[in-house]
Amino acid sequence: MLHDTASQKTTQVLEEPAVTSTVNSAAKSTPDIASPVDARTAHRRRKTKVWSIRLLLVVAWLVSWELTATYLIDPFFYSKPSAVAAKLADWFTVGTSQGSIWEQIVVTLQEAVAGFVLGALAGVVLGILLGRSRLLADICAPFIKAANAVPRIVLASLFVIWFGLGMSSKIATAFVLVFFAVFFNAFQGAREVDRNLINNARILGASRVQVLGTIVVPSATSWILASLHSAFGFALIGAVVGEFTGADRGLGLLINHAQGTFDAAGIYAGMIVITVIALLAEWLLTLAENRLLKWRPPAASAEVQL
Amino acid sequence: MAELIELRGATKRFPTGSGGVHTAVRDLTMTVDRGEFVAVVGPTGCGKSTTLSLVSGLEPPSEGEVLVGGQHVTGIPEGVGYMFQNDAVLPWRSVLDNVAAGPRYRGESKAAARSKARDWVQRVGLGGFEDYYPHQLSGGMRKRVAMAQTLVNEPSILLMDEPFSALDVQTRALMQDELLRLWSGTGAGVVFVTHDLEEAIALADKVVVMTSSPATVKATFTVGLDRPRTVEEVRLTSQFLEIYREIWDSLREEVEKAREQGATRVA
Repeated sequence: MLHDTASQKTTQVLEEPAVTSTVNSAAKSTPDIASPVDARTAHRRRKTKVWSIRLLLVVAWLVSWELTATYLIDPFFYSKPSAVAAKLADWFTVGTSQGSIWEQIVVTLQEAVAGFVLGALAGVVLGILLGRSRLLADICAPFIKAANAVPRIVLASLFVIWFGLGMSSKIATAFVLVFFAVFFNAFQGAREVDRNLINNARILGASRVQVLGTIVVPSATSWILASLHSAFGFALIGAVVGEFTGADRGLGLLINHAQGTFDAAGIYAGMIVITVIALLAEWLLTLAENRLLKWRPPAASAEVQL
Repeated sequence: MAELIELRGATKRFPTGSGGVHTAVRDLTMTVDRGEFVAVVGPTGCGKSTTLSLVSGLEPPSEGEVLVGGQHVTGIPEGVGYMFQNDAVLPWRSVLDNVAAGPRYRGESKAAARSKARDWVQRVGLGGFEDYYPHQLSGGMRKRVAMAQTLVNEPSILLMDEPFSALDVQTRALMQDELLRLWSGTGAGVVFVTHDLEEAIALADKVVVMTSSPATVKATFTVGLDRPRTVEEVRLTSQFLEIYREIWDSLREEVEKAREQGATRVA
């Protein structure tokens, strides 16, 4: 996700008395522009340019696909944008073969969110615990490495046997995928806490629990938040693959059904719905991250993120 | 009455990465009285900081004894404040909450801790910056935060590990004066580690010269300069130069030895 926070943030220069300036990223990258008004216009112009080129690329892609699918290749296998759009419109107005599209979205979302929350919680708690205890880390290291090497997506089949066709088997699949993504970051984050900060807190009178709560957890937060972006993607994959493996509702089932009926447009439409959900979740996570990490210098978050 | 701080033949060894043993300090014997400002000088990397770790209880001695207020040091003694060489302020907390950390850890209510902190933020000259985050402050201002954070607990022992070494010359002089102003009248004993002899003499009542690694006390000098002092002025007096020459004679040998050690280590 591309975003630009520099233009909204005010950088305050404290070395010189009472110098407060609004510095935006355009001004930083083009130092020859002196006045802030010029810089702002240049920034806006650049933004317009970037967005027009993006739009152009999308249009070019869709049009070329539409044309080749109409005249050159078989749309039965490759479908085409107009067919996908028609499919999406059909889903949202009439409904899918499994019933209302909203019901499928809600089911998949519930599974993904539940797997995400549980997996992230377990990953954070265990990651921090092992990150702070050398002994525990040494004992668990080979098991964790082995568990991480297992192709976890295969577990989806096992979970269907264990938990049945309902939601819990998908939540379990999402959980195992999310857990490891978060665990390793939380572990690393808890390990890399500045010794200086811990010593300082101890001297100031902090107990072990207070050190954990006020030093270790906040230090690891930026590591953990970074992992949550990819983790939500994993949660969606877990839920969809789980539904693929065996389910009675959900977007994965819808895609599986489209595959069964050679409905390429249905597969694309399902993909688009899932992508939109993932992007929305990503946007929410970025909002939460910026709130939680508002203490960080703006330079770190102002760069274009991918 | 027992000395405030007493080290008796304290030795500290650390295991090195390659399986050997590194002796940081050996057979260290020194005392610090209440209200006394002691500066510890020695060549870079000789183990001066280890002395502070021993007194603060962060590291137990391998041999010998460390006493604070007549009690053996086990864990962190009551009333110790420690300013580290590197910034130890919490980047995710505002200036005010950084300073309030100590009282909060010691069980005071949020409101009480904050009102104490507000007072100390004023005293170190950061009034108006309470809600700023550390990254928005200059190096000197962050040092002021660290100072307030340490002093808000009203320590009877103040350990300082080259706290101003990363600052530019003018800011350093300013901070040194600030430290003397805040310390005077508190009755706290100070151990101030530095490799800057000028700083040591300008601040201290007593200068302890350490040998090159493994460190031990080589000589102790008394600084008879009058208080209150202004560091920029005191270093121009003839008395200052006299003491400086005397201590430097002792310190120079060790600095040269340390340089040779460094050279053989590189070769």
